[in-house]
Amino acid sequence: MTVLLEIDDLRTQFFTSAGTVKAVDGISYTVDEGETVAIVGESGCGKSVSALSVLRLIPEPPGRIVGGSINFSGKNLLELSDNEIRNVRGRDITMVFQEPMTSLNPVLTIERQLTETIMHHLSASLETARGRAVELLELVGISDAEHRLKQYPHHFSGGMRQRVMIAMALSCEPKLIIADEPTTALDVTIQAQILELMKSLTKRLGVALIVITHNLGVVARYADRVNVMYAGKIVESGSATDIYHRARHPYTLGLLQSVPRLDLPRTERLVPIPKQPPDLTRLDDGCAFRPRCRFATERCQTEIPPLELVEEGHHAACWERDAIVEEERMVS
Amino acid sequence: MSAEMVKQETRQRMAQTDTTKPLVEIKNLKKYFPVTEGIVVQKKVADVKAIDDISFKILKGETLGLVGESGCGKTTTGRCILQLERPTSGQIIYDGTDMDTVDRRELNKLRQRIQVIFQDPYSSLNPRMKIGQIISEPMRVHGIEPDPATRNKRVNELLSVCGLSPKMADRYPHEMSGGQRQRIGIARALSLNPEFIVCDEAVSALDVSIQAQVINLLEDLRDEFDLTYLFIAHDLSVVRHLCHRVAVMYLGKLVEIAECDELFDNPLNPYTQALLGSVPIPDPEIERHREHRVIQGEVPSPMNPPSGCVFHPRCPKAVENCKREIPGLREIKPGHWVACTEVQNLGTQV
Repeated sequence: MTVLLEIDDLRTQFFTSAGTVKAVDGISYTVDEGETVAIVGESGCGKSVSALSVLRLIPEPPGRIVGGSINFSGKNLLELSDNEIRNVRGRDITMVFQEPMTSLNPVLTIERQLTETIMHHLSASLETARGRAVELLELVGISDAEHRLKQYPHHFSGGMRQRVMIAMALSCEPKLIIADEPTTALDVTIQAQILELMKSLTKRLGVALIVITHNLGVVARYADRVNVMYAGKIVESGSATDIYHRARHPYTLGLLQSVPRLDLPRTERLVPIPKQPPDLTRLDDGCAFRPRCRFATERCQTEIPPLELVEEGHHAACWERDAIVEEERMVS
Repeated sequence: MSAEMVKQETRQRMAQTDTTKPLVEIKNLKKYFPVTEGIVVQKKVADVKAIDDISFKILKGETLGLVGESGCGKTTTGRCILQLERPTSGQIIYDGTDMDTVDRRELNKLRQRIQVIFQDPYSSLNPRMKIGQIISEPMRVHGIEPDPATRNKRVNELLSVCGLSPKMADRYPHEMSGGQRQRIGIARALSLNPEFIVCDEAVSALDVSIQAQVINLLEDLRDEFDLTYLFIAHDLSVVRHLCHRVAVMYLGKLVEIAECDELFDNPLNPYTQALLGSVPIPDPEIERHREHRVIQGEVPSPMNPPSGCVFHPRCPKAVENCKREIPGLREIKPGHWVACTEVQNLGTQV
């Protein structure tokens, strides 16, 4: 597999009156061609900011990418001029946003919004672009495409709008799609439809996919590899099976234990992660998860654990990994 | 506690509750919202049938889950019980009193016993009020604890019951995180010592680790204060964890109601089966081997619902008759009610 996207030590910060927010604090990961990578974490952990940084969509000010590199097919995206990055956005790398209600322009027809990208990037005529738009709508399962093109976003339901977003993301045959919580705003039956659609289309067209989500079930079903983020850092990364069955970071373990599951017998109590996530303006020299961690020791207060290899393809950032292994053995 | 013991506990609880004397009884409830046209002279052109003839009971001490997709009428049902909406027709009987026939004073009395926890912890707290004021406002409105000192004491009590520091009484909502705000919403709901709380998507807006904290809190409070909950939610795994009985709604109709374990182990309505099949399970090994039967189509408009069974256009098991006959709720097994004319001919596999 060839590496398509390589993010190295990316740092994105927001300079606010309350202090500097280290939203993304030195994360590194790669995405291979045609691979589906998930980024999991809770609100405010920096997962969306890390994805927006890839396309340089961080509002500046207050935000700024202060360090690192993002290599995409041989180019460092952070060094491109505004014009050059505009040619990457919507063409090689596209995005599907969370809110299908707000990410489409309400005063333009679906046709205008779909053809705009195609005409800009592929220098196509309106006729060709329209033909392509019809094809795309059919591809994402919208029937009566000719007629639907003339309609406005308010004529579409939430699930249908998300299909339009996907059509738009696919319009210029991208190599990578970044989907930021693509199904969070949708009902479960519609969520299942959209996820199946994205999976089959990316597989068929060989497009790589970064899925940002907080839903662990979605990750389990769709991701080849998973990066777990906490307070701006990747705390664990590995294959889906590594993460779900051999978690080596207390935060990952905590996440998995705090969701009730439909497939397991009911239990009396959930095991939540205690306390609140940290304030990103006041991070110190220790592990950011330490105040909520039951494995924390003295070392965790003074040294930030690096992301270290646990086994082939599986990394975790925790000093007390052995304690977790020990506990696992005791339980089984 | 093992799973078997949890089931046992639920069964015991159901056995203890007096099924003949429900706390809340809903009979043939309908709520239509008029759709109007015209700016000066408004003309009614259609009805949105948010709730279309549903009946169920909530027993004292139980937690009834109400699930369904957006727009199925679950929130409207909750709002009708809270008397925040006036039903188009039907009865809501609370502890033997028909809420439609009582006068204002009596209704106010009833309202003290029924409280609500809202979904959005951001918009449901007044940003200009301090936490202490927010929690004590219901007491002020109903003239309970008129003495400021005892009222403050009560606020502090409520804050600590909900796992917050009494110091927070002097802070404002914007200083709180989502989880803390939801705890404040819960403290406010408890301030009048209610017996019945409508939890409208009370944990949906929270992150999973915080969500688990709030679910545990709701369970503790239920046991401590002997509360009855109507738990409205779309997250089926949370409902399964928390509820004793579960009702499933689709497009303004009740399609299935049963005890929690029975409903999840043995769903009979094709819609319930589809809903359960759509929930992804956080385990890649299981997901890899699970058959993914995605149900096609979208929820039709409640302005113009399909004829017969409202689910028939999406139902994988629909037959010709489903287009004509409106299925009523029938008791298939003791305590397990299903609205599907074809239920005898269906398998029970999800």
